[in-house]
Amino acid sequence: MNALRLYGRYIATSIRSQRQYPASFIATSVGAFASTITDFIGIWALFARFRRLEGWQFGDVALLYGVVSVAFALADSLTRGFDLFGEQFVKTGDFDRLLVRPRSTVLQLLGYELRVTRIGRLAQGLVAWGVGVSLSSVAWPLTSWIILAFAVAGGIALFSGILILQATLAFWTVESLEIANTLTYGGVEAGQYPLDVYARWFRDFLVYVVPIGCISYFPVSVVLGRVSYTPYAFAPLFGFAFLGVALWVWGFGVRHYTSTGS
Amino acid sequence: MTAAIRPYVAVVRARFSVLLQYRAAAVAGFLTQCWWGGIKVMVLTAFFAASSSTPMTLPQAIDYVWLGQALFTMLPWSGDPDVARMVRTGDVAYERLRPLDTYAFWYSRAVARRTANPTLRAIPMLLTAGVLFRLIGWSAYALRAPSGVEAALLFAASIALVIGLSAAVSALMDTLTVATLSERGVTLLIGPLIIVFSGSLVPLPLFPDWSQPILRNQPFAGLMDTPFRIYSGHLAGRNALLALARQVVWIVALVMIGRALMARVMTRLQTQGG
Repeated sequence: MNALRLYGRYIATSIRSQRQYPASFIATSVGAFASTITDFIGIWALFARFRRLEGWQFGDVALLYGVVSVAFALADSLTRGFDLFGEQFVKTGDFDRLLVRPRSTVLQLLGYELRVTRIGRLAQGLVAWGVGVSLSSVAWPLTSWIILAFAVAGGIALFSGILILQATLAFWTVESLEIANTLTYGGVEAGQYPLDVYARWFRDFLVYVVPIGCISYFPVSVVLGRVSYTPYAFAPLFGFAFLGVALWVWGFGVRHYTSTGS
Repeated sequence: MTAAIRPYVAVVRARFSVLLQYRAAAVAGFLTQCWWGGIKVMVLTAFFAASSSTPMTLPQAIDYVWLGQALFTMLPWSGDPDVARMVRTGDVAYERLRPLDTYAFWYSRAVARRTANPTLRAIPMLLTAGVLFRLIGWSAYALRAPSGVEAALLFAASIALVIGLSAAVSALMDTLTVATLSERGVTLLIGPLIIVFSGSLVPLPLFPDWSQPILRNQPFAGLMDTPFRIYSGHLAGRNALLALARQVVWIVALVMIGRALMARVMTRLQTQGG
């Protein structure tokens, strides 16, 4: 069985198991929608008061927010296995079982669970995205949609990379892994505003270190016609580069793994 | 100290020392607070820069943000995890055997939860935003001192009321947990409400003018908005005293609702387990 088919099997099993508790699924999804849409309400309130932000209007920022939210929602639902890695695999010693199977650890952890309840976060991201598109005054040719789809793909890669780095930390410590939340949830927070508002050093951090700006700010600026420099549409490549580095670090971590032996 | 309240004071003390154990989580929380607060401050600065008439000044809004980050854990984000566990296992029935008033017992535990954690988390955040930022030249982004002696005293009084109000919301959530046999519904509901209506998302004065009368008179404003505006002098004199009175009214109302609900729930207590 090739890797893709095996992954399909994993996902089908995971969805089937989550379907066993429909009420819980609905409640959690609705809760995720309600708690994440508040961020969007905050953006709306500020624009209702101030009208504009460094030349950006409500619709423009809604689109930024939509792209980041959708990317993170998808990444978060795909990488549950990495998110729980320290608790579920390292502390218990269960990672040993993954290592003896003839498949890559990354594939097995990706297949651990597809979190369907993240549909709540995804839905509110799509709502914001829709608001952004309908308020924008630019044309929407197919190339714009392709640029944004590529941005979302780059965003999934970037956020997955962060979660993989968080999991890698678990090889050395099981303490304070919440640190990574600063970069995931905090990354969504930072990425939902145009980079222009940030101090220079923070902007550089969001472009060159954890390239959240590359997966939202640059492609959205191109689509909205705020910049005419088309290479910015390829900025989400930095998201993939980040994932590449994260996977390399992960491999390093796996080689240095010592089982808890329990 | 009279014998009647001694057990509740003992509960507050014991919980306090248990909660001070979680140091690693506090470090992670601190960094998250800095990140979030920093973003909010930079975004608000950019918004204010292009606007001439605003309902509060930029330094007042910045104080509001940093105090919000520092006192974040004072808010009743969830009920008591131990009560939730007792409801799941059915142990909640034992609570009825204690020679204590169950509502007062849970309220005391909530007071400890909303005091210990915030104290641990507030101090580094206040020192960073108030002192360190000035030393490294970020005065424009820094937290200022209270706007005066009167503001400082009223702020302290208001924070004490925040703890009382937060505990009242927590105890109400615990009671609802018993009534609905699970903490999940209550927690899902309360989070978004607190985020929007306490001012933790956006300072309440910055919401549209038409919404101000509603925002002023709802209970969650007493969890953050009231003390923070008093601190920076945005609320002063008679208005500050009125705001404190609103906090008191909401504490009394929520305690009465919580007690009435608990009386109902406990007379026909349904327990799980076996």
